[in-house]
Amino acid sequence: MKIHEYQAKAILAKFGVPVPKGEVAVTPQEAVDIAKRLGGPVAVVKAQIHAGGRGKGGGVKVSKGLEAVEANAKAILGMQLVTHQTGPAGQRVGRVLVEEGLAIKHELYVGLLVDRSTQKPVFMASADGGMDIEEVAARTPERIHKAFIEPGIGLAPFQAQQLAFAIGLTGDEVKKASKIMLAFYQAFIATDASLLEINPLIVTEGGDLFALDAKMTIDDNALYRHADFRDLRDLSEEDPLEVEASKFALNYIRLDGNIGCMVNGAGLAMATMDIIKLSGGLPANFLDVGGGANAEQIRNAFKILMSDTNVKAVLINIFGGILRCDVLAAGVIAAVKELGVPVPIVIRMKGTNVDEGKKMLAESGLNFTNADTMADAADSVVALAGGAR
Amino acid sequence: MAVLLDSNTRLIVQGITGREGTFHAKAAAAYHTNVVGGVTPGKGGTTHEGWPVFNTVADAVAQTGANASVIFVPPPFAADAIMEAADAGIGLVVCITEGIPVVDMLKAMTFLQARPGARLIGPNCPGIISPGKGKAGIIPANICKDGRIGIVSKSGTLTYEAIAQLTRLGLGQSTCIGIGGDPLIGTTHIDALDLFQRDADTDAVIMIGEIGGSAEEEAAAWITTHFTKPIVAFIAGQTAPPGRRMGHAGAIIAGGQGTAAEKMAALTAAGVTVVRSPADMGESLVKVLGR
Repeated sequence: MKIHEYQAKAILAKFGVPVPKGEVAVTPQEAVDIAKRLGGPVAVVKAQIHAGGRGKGGGVKVSKGLEAVEANAKAILGMQLVTHQTGPAGQRVGRVLVEEGLAIKHELYVGLLVDRSTQKPVFMASADGGMDIEEVAARTPERIHKAFIEPGIGLAPFQAQQLAFAIGLTGDEVKKASKIMLAFYQAFIATDASLLEINPLIVTEGGDLFALDAKMTIDDNALYRHADFRDLRDLSEEDPLEVEASKFALNYIRLDGNIGCMVNGAGLAMATMDIIKLSGGLPANFLDVGGGANAEQIRNAFKILMSDTNVKAVLINIFGGILRCDVLAAGVIAAVKELGVPVPIVIRMKGTNVDEGKKMLAESGLNFTNADTMADAADSVVALAGGAR
Repeated sequence: MAVLLDSNTRLIVQGITGREGTFHAKAAAAYHTNVVGGVTPGKGGTTHEGWPVFNTVADAVAQTGANASVIFVPPPFAADAIMEAADAGIGLVVCITEGIPVVDMLKAMTFLQARPGARLIGPNCPGIISPGKGKAGIIPANICKDGRIGIVSKSGTLTYEAIAQLTRLGLGQSTCIGIGGDPLIGTTHIDALDLFQRDADTDAVIMIGEIGGSAEEEAAAWITTHFTKPIVAFIAGQTAPPGRRMGHAGAIIAGGQGTAAEKMAALTAAGVTVVRSPADMGESLVKVLGR
């Protein structure tokens, strides 16, 4: 689960990471009131969307005086903010963070994630803050310093110091940065974050350090033990059909094509998308109904699939292990009878109770196209959706 | 011969009194597996479906001589169950559970590093099956056939697809290993390939990967210097959009890393026969065997 900058900063502040003073606003008037309370000569108005690259897209404005704060908040609130991460349609801005402006001397980068190869958390730090860190990593990997952390011990103070020196800090700044890094790691573990970044971590003219931006993703598998994070989810950032699917514990991701897919298992679901593409079609979605789906799950999945008006044909590819083919067939038949699905359906079933399942489909009186192999199924569904593109 | 699991395996089921644990304990026993008991804390001393139930894995090992465990424990307790099995001296720990928090797995992996006698398969995997000899997990036995092809895969149902294709072509399997789709897993592609390389009764391997991480690239580098048998590989997620988690916790293209194209290129460069279509895994293997 991704959360907003202002939410991440509130969490980091609790762990002792210094952040600029600021509050979130949903109207220009609120933004002005916040700027008044902050009191300084300069305020920064920042669009709160999950995608990165907000500054370049015009979503971050340094504002001198209350009139500028109001004008900038007016312009940003409600805008469709387009960045390299949003896609061409952009993301609507519903809230802005209004913060005190700070005099920046240096911009640094710190980040934490779990490295799969070493199976340890890796702390990354760079003197090249404020830039796209993926570009820094690609062009000048030597400018990103790493410390691998022993999970039983945590980030050791010497590691934090090493990183602080490596990114060019001196004197008091090293102490302050080390303290921030240790707090940052505490926050990472305690919140079950899967990604935590401060970009930039700034050193002010006065020699203080602040997290000027923050990006945080929480491990979905750990949300059950963070009841307080439930309110942090922003449904307006997600596709409505994906939100609906998540209510039924269905793994659904909407895509641009016109062939709806319903599959059990994530790997087989991806492979089904791949083979549709190889047959000349484009998948409308990724949908994994899971290993233990029942008839009700299948019905819900079908409803979501058919809510996407781009869908011109449907491919159901099920390899029955725990999920039995007769259960699948019952669910599909019930869903089609109830919803009156107006597009062709190709079904490819294998595995447990496949003969019973096929018999039920044949005797249902409904018009299904049966396929024996994945390749046949993909060719059929692409033809039924109007041919290769 | 098979790898990891054979007729000497003495299997316990952690979570045997649960619905899944019961179902798959019976399925394993019905498929030649020597299931010797189960563990459910608080139910020790009882019997379940004829099997003795123990409070702890240590008790189960002491009383049954168990040397393998399959875990059907809910996600909040599964990492602990893995550590308990390793601590009790179990050599083969197969964790089926999906949805374990990464922070829990970080601890479990560190714990396992200090207990090199335990090998973890998974989590978030379908387990393993050695056709005709036994199974630990949820792979349907009726599609398998005893033979000489090894399978290693990040995906469950895609493994079944590969098994079914091979069986239809008359090619049996030595052992099929589902290594799981999580970011942190106990047995990697390289570990599984190493076992197949050493197994005199495995002639060739189907390797199934998916987007996310760099395990396939690391395997490719390892294959060039360590693996001599033919491999056919498929990578799922060639059409997956970047930045989206495709069902499995580990299946995500992040920061331009972990794409199917990179993995396919690395494997091809290592001499692996990479198929673009999941429908071609079996037939390609027949071709590389020259039959």
